Amino acid sequence: MAGSVTWRQLDRGPVIPGGTSRGFSTGDWRQEAPILDLDRCVHCMLCWLYCPDSSILVAGGRVVGIDYEHCKGCGICAAVCPPRASAIRMEAEGA
Amino acid sequence: MSAVLGRRVGLTGNDAVALAWRQIDPDVVAAYPITPSTQIVERFSQYVADGEVQTQFLAVESEHSAISACVGASAAGARVMTATSSQGLALMHEILYVASGLRLPIIMVVGNRALSSPINIHGDHSDTMGSRDAGWIQLYCRDVQDAYDRTILAVRIAERARLPVMVCLDGFTLTHSLEPIEAYPDEEVQEFVGEGPADGYALLGGGEPISVGPLALPDSYMEFRRALAAAMERAREVIAVETEAFNTRFGRALPAFVEKFEMDDAEEAFLLMGSYADMVRDAVARWRRARRVGMVRLVTFRPFPAEEVARALGRIRHVHVLERADTLSTLGGPLGIEIRAALYDRVVRPAVTDVVFGLGGRELTDGEIDGLLRAPGAGDRLRYLGVRQEGGCR
Ligand code: SF4
Ligand code: SF4
Repeated sequence: MAGSVTWRQLDRGPVIPGGTSRGFSTGDWRQEAPILDLDRCVHCMLCWLYCPDSSILVAGGRVVGIDYEHCKGCGICAAVCPPRASAIRMEAEGA
Repeated sequence: MSAVLGRRVGLTGNDAVALAWRQIDPDVVAAYPITPSTQIVERFSQYVADGEVQTQFLAVESEHSAISACVGASAAGARVMTATSSQGLALMHEILYVASGLRLPIIMVVGNRALSSPINIHGDHSDTMGSRDAGWIQLYCRDVQDAYDRTILAVRIAERARLPVMVCLDGFTLTHSLEPIEAYPDEEVQEFVGEGPADGYALLGGGEPISVGPLALPDSYMEFRRALAAAMERAREVIAVETEAFNTRFGRALPAFVEKFEMDDAEEAFLLMGSYADMVRDAVARWRRARRVGMVRLVTFRPFPAEEVARALGRIRHVHVLERADTLSTLGGPLGIEIRAALYDRVVRPAVTDVVFGLGGRELTDGEIDGLLRAPGAGDRLRYLGVRQEGGCR
């Protein structure tokens, strides 16, 4: 929320346009980072479906990378990645 | 009960509220029945089962879920109602603030009841007083007719003030007492309440995506809270206008903020909220031969009608604030403290004795009211009425 908005402009309560969290870096909370091995990925899209921060980057129907600006390191993507692919592993941040 | 209306019928407070709900036909009711407001939900679910309303009825597993479901449905643009009491209201506490913060016009009927511990199912105002700072409009009913009327009226107040409203009726005294009331024809109630929240968020209504209830950190939280306080301030006007509209439409004379009895030349007065008004009014009528005594009943507690209270008590020497809750701050009950706050800046102001009575359904007797007039205790800041102690009650 911009610091210049006055209380008189907020009469409808806390309702804001969608998608504003794009402006926040949630990646700097991260303690563990998902590391993607594209050679093992079968592009099943489970990680994309489950990631709570929309941080799995996709292009042309294929996983292409991870948005570390917004990935908060929850590890869900690694947990849902099928065992036979095991294309994502979590590593301590900065390791 | 769903037969011919627009005539006098005998109903308990709970049945009268359920009847009002049926006539309003809200989009969503989510509730978890709790004594003494149980029958509101019981009767209403029967109306739902019988197909007399179109309402989506959600039987949830707790009051926390009930109010959460109400918040969700209201944010989606629905007209929403619930009912609760005591521990149930306490369990809703967290979400009450979400409802008001999001400016959702939810209607909640509360059958007022004491809080644990010890466990007690009977009437006092401790439950809704515990919610007094949650940003909900609070209206206190005097009798069954009042409960029926204000449930209908609350719809317009909530939706035009864009704030949630609690309609409070004394547990058992009103929830379970059968009284003759004037019920209005269904069409007239429908016509009065209209279509539903005109400018709801319509979360599911298409258009641009919105985010409801986002994070607001130190750079913006305070502006939201200040705006909410302003909404409560503006609600005064809404309450006044809508009560007038209700009175005109249904031929009633509901007071919007305070009801006065024998106050024109009064020198001492009782001030109270809720169902004991009739009893105190009778005492005032009895004592009028000997003393210039009057009564003020507060209808609206949030927003607090400070101006009306100060004007009503302008020339009084001594006011007994009769109230059914305690703050345990050792300064007295919530009503007495706010009455004092409302009067403090006045040059001429009455002595205030805060009289806590009727906790957990303890009866107030004519003798006790008479006793207050016989020994007014003008220097007493706080009295507890009807409590057993060594040497008897006082
Ligand atoms: S670690 Fe969590 S936030 Fe980051 S990409 Fe995986 S699922 Fe998304
Ligand atoms: S879950 Fe694993 S295999 Fe499936 S798309 Fe994501 S990284 Fe690739």
